[in-house]
Amino acid sequence: MSPLLLFLLLLLLSVTGFFIGRRKAVSLAKKAGGTSRLHSLPVYYGTLTAFWCCLPAFFMFLIWLSFEQSIITWLMVADLPEQARALPPARLNVLISDIQGLVNGNIVSGEVTPLMRSAAEHYISLKGIGQMITSVMVLVVAIAGMLMVHRQIKPELRARNQVEKVVMGLLVVCSTIAIFTTVGIVLSILYEAVRFFQQIPVTDFLFGLEWSPQMAIREDQVGSSGAFGAVPVFAGTILISAIAMFIAAPIGLMSAIFLSEYADRRLRSVVKPLLEILAGVPTVVYGFFAALVVAPLIRNSGAQFGIDVSSESALAAGLVMGVMIIPFVSSLSDDVINAVPQSLRDGAYSVGATRSETIKDVLVPAALPGIVGGLLLAVSRAIGETMIVVMAAGLSANLTANPLQAVTTVTVQIVTLLVGDQEFDSPKTLAAFALGLVLFIGTLLLNIIALTFVRKYRERYD
Amino acid sequence: MQEVLNKKNVEKRILAPRESRDTIGRINVSNPRMICRDVNVYYGDKQAIRNVSIDIGCNEVLAMIGPSGCGKSTFLRCLNRMNDTIDNCRVTGEILFDDKDIYDSSIDVVPLRAQIGMVFQKPNPFPKTIYENVAWAPRIHGIIESKSDADEIVETSLQKAGLWGEVKDRLDQPGNGLSGGQQQRLCIARAIAVSPEVILMDEPCSALDPIATAKIEDLIEELRTQYTIAIVTHSMQQASRVSQRTAFFHLGDLIEVGATEAIFTKPSHQLTEDYITGRYG
Repeated sequence: MSPLLLFLLLLLLSVTGFFIGRRKAVSLAKKAGGTSRLHSLPVYYGTLTAFWCCLPAFFMFLIWLSFEQSIITWLMVADLPEQARALPPARLNVLISDIQGLVNGNIVSGEVTPLMRSAAEHYISLKGIGQMITSVMVLVVAIAGMLMVHRQIKPELRARNQVEKVVMGLLVVCSTIAIFTTVGIVLSILYEAVRFFQQIPVTDFLFGLEWSPQMAIREDQVGSSGAFGAVPVFAGTILISAIAMFIAAPIGLMSAIFLSEYADRRLRSVVKPLLEILAGVPTVVYGFFAALVVAPLIRNSGAQFGIDVSSESALAAGLVMGVMIIPFVSSLSDDVINAVPQSLRDGAYSVGATRSETIKDVLVPAALPGIVGGLLLAVSRAIGETMIVVMAAGLSANLTANPLQAVTTVTVQIVTLLVGDQEFDSPKTLAAFALGLVLFIGTLLLNIIALTFVRKYRERYD
Repeated sequence: MQEVLNKKNVEKRILAPRESRDTIGRINVSNPRMICRDVNVYYGDKQAIRNVSIDIGCNEVLAMIGPSGCGKSTFLRCLNRMNDTIDNCRVTGEILFDDKDIYDSSIDVVPLRAQIGMVFQKPNPFPKTIYENVAWAPRIHGIIESKSDADEIVETSLQKAGLWGEVKDRLDQPGNGLSGGQQQRLCIARAIAVSPEVILMDEPCSALDPIATAKIEDLIEELRTQYTIAIVTHSMQQASRVSQRTAFFHLGDLIEVGATEAIFTKPSHQLTEDYITGRYG
């Protein structure tokens, strides 16, 4: 039977197990003279039965599912005739995927040979056997678990403690899933980046000044030179992020100070939600706002002054990105400023300081570690922003500090390289992974610095 | 008299002198520094201080005592308009300082607070160095013009606060690094640095150990010669040690005021007597 049906059946069994366990506990309680004679409430006995029914079977099911594909494929290949098995690995892989495609009803690459057809049928029968084994195994384990616990339900059984342990185990599993996923992502980027660095030297990548990732499809094609110096790309990222922070940092900080120190409660309750709405606008909307409104505006006003402004200037993308980041800076700073204890404000007012003197000389220095931490986190957000720059920034890597020119950023390059149509193994596509690795390390370092800075200096003022 | 009156004659009931909530005792002094008349304080709709009138004499220490929640800190904060910083707090009545009502709209509260300084219950030095803690306020008021002025004011204030000997070698260390008693003396030095006329102290020793408390009480006695001090305290022993006049508050009313010795030996009002003998509070 199909996995979904099996899963539903398992759930049903678990629910049944719950009720059976609880009923037995209740009847035991009646015999012993009340539920207080049992170690735990009957509900816990029921839950324990359900867990033992469901969880071992579920884990076994998961393990089988993850290995099923490879085991069946291996069995099928072992049964192929000699000449098929002797094929080079690439061709063998093509054959296998063709057979699998045939099984699923997809289009195959070449013609369908009788060999492939018989192999496909073999595959299907293996799969059917596999599913039957799975179903039987899962159901047997589930029922066995249920009966085993059911036999053990006695008044002394510490069901509550065991349920606690199971719940804690489940929570640990959930957290490790998150950790493993992160580790998996990092490892996959690292693997592909290493493959890239096997073809292009690391120093060329990190210190080269020309970025022009063209690779020839055929040997003699024009444009076959690929320059993979990433410095212009990093420079573009830094330029646009700098413009964005130039806008977001003062505005965000000032609005945080206004909201926490000057605004009365009513004004604050209106303005703060409006700022958070700004944070909720999808970045793609910001992107086409930048591309369709801001960039032409800048170009036209530049033309009026006689300055030549590119239609994909860094200024346009940077401005809009800055607006997007304002809520981050503002709300983090607002929290930190509010956390400064009222006693410091009282002390400053009591010696006759005005409000702005108090803010400038007492509150902001006290809140400074948190504010700096918030700014660093906003910077890492700006560096990793993709959608706005894809739509508003250019594609050519210029190494320039002029915000009126078009630059490209790391994220734009990753998108264009991976969405393109080069083959996966060429340095051009793998360059995206190298860029991604550098981006990841950069933002990771920034976040670590921000957190350690905040932790180290915060203690001094508390 | 209590047994004679019964509850049925509520309208005709006359409050016995010992039960009335009018102030007993002389509120005037011959040489007042601050004069308060009919002060009422409201937090929203709740009235925290009811019709309090009292004088604070020049170069005297006035102690304000009373059970928790009776409004002594609220009243103290009125005297330098610190209640302005609380959103829904409203003060009516007259508080005269140098013959001007401090709640008049033409009064600038910033120099007022430099003239009437305050020390709080929990020491709250700024997150700056010891030197800067003391020098910051005179600088923003324009009292200091050069580095040597600043050095002089810092040294004088710390000496008057009895802290100079302990910190003169580490003036550039953060103020929070000091012990509790030293921090409180730093806060007193900070208040003194702007040359106030009146120093208000809101339970300055309640967060300190007995030895630090004794040092600060000695300090108050020395400061009395130059400043006028109003101190709120929970400890009756402290009030009797440091003050010349004592005011007893109860649930927002000023019940009795008089010379400290008289209040503690022969209180006139029943409530005062109950509080002092420890029947409640």
